Amino acid sequence: MIVRVLGEGQFRLPGALHDAVNALDDAVLRAVEAGDEGSFGRALAALVAFIRAHGVPVPPAELVGSDAIVPAPDSRLHEARSLLAGDGLIPG
Amino acid sequence: MGIIQRISMIFRAKASAALDRAEDPREVLDYSYERQLEMLQKVRRGVADVATSKKRIELQAAKLEQSVTKLDGQARAALQAGREDLARVALERKKGVQLQLQGLDEQRAQLQAEQDKLVTAEQRLSARVESFRTQKETIKAQYTAAEAQTRIGEAVTGISEEMGDVGLAMTRAQDKVDNMRARAGAIDELLESGALEDVSAPGGDAIDRELAKISAGAGVDAELEALKKELGGGSPAAGELGRGTAG
Repeated sequence: MIVRVLGEGQFRLPGALHDAVNALDDAVLRAVEAGDEGSFGRALAALVAFIRAHGVPVPPAELVGSDAIVPAPDSRLHEARSLLAGDGLIPG
Repeated sequence: MGIIQRISMIFRAKASAALDRAEDPREVLDYSYERQLEMLQKVRRGVADVATSKKRIELQAAKLEQSVTKLDGQARAALQAGREDLARVALERKKGVQLQLQGLDEQRAQLQAEQDKLVTAEQRLSARVESFRTQKETIKAQYTAAEAQTRIGEAVTGISEEMGDVGLAMTRAQDKVDNMRARAGAIDELLESGALEDVSAPGGDAIDRELAKISAGAGVDAELEALKKELGGGSPAAGELGRGTAG
């Protein structure tokens, strides 16, 4: 699977890690839903650390869409929310 | 589904909107490429913008450093003249200026981080745009419109995601710059009023209050004592403050 970390680029992860990524992602979702800035920051940091540790950067010659996109590691809760709302994204 | 797949779906939706609009998918290639070049220009301007703001902060910091030195000298002079009240005002102002300086340092570091991020983003996008350019020519030369569809879809989705990523980085950097500008404007006004440099400047009352509010009283007291000791003459505990000012 290909995962983009915003601000850092794309990483290719072995499919076997899919469940592990999902579990970390669920923790982020729970923090967003709870509106808890602290646990959001921690969950996001854990997710990003996992991707950096297990992923291989996708070379620039390979133009592919990502299966998942992770907010920038220093994102605040409201930024994640506006990403989910599609705010500020440039089309095309 | 957590949030990261949802975010990727939102990015994809933006890309496919562009693909759906074109009658011949190959048109999308040229259109997208033009937008990529525009985006690269924007990012480069963004980098320059952040650098300019950083420069402004550095200039302000240099001026504030001068104020600190000046106010320090004024405090000494006031105390020597037996005007402890004025010396206190000068030291209070100095504390205020030092607080501003701390804030500027933090902002400078923030802007530097944003600048670094934009430079990296520009390099990444630039490499992808170059790869898009070559793929675009291959696709146009070798494929019929129907065959080209899927290849274009993937390439455009990939590059459009990259552009979305860079666009977000630009917005974040711009927010920081705007934030900084408002603060820098306030500091410029203080600097222009001259109040930071001269205790006897006219119309300084409002600034007195402002600086006094943010200054830490304890720090002032301690420095006042230190100055008194030093200028009181013959105190062996004057420490480094005392050196070079005797006589």
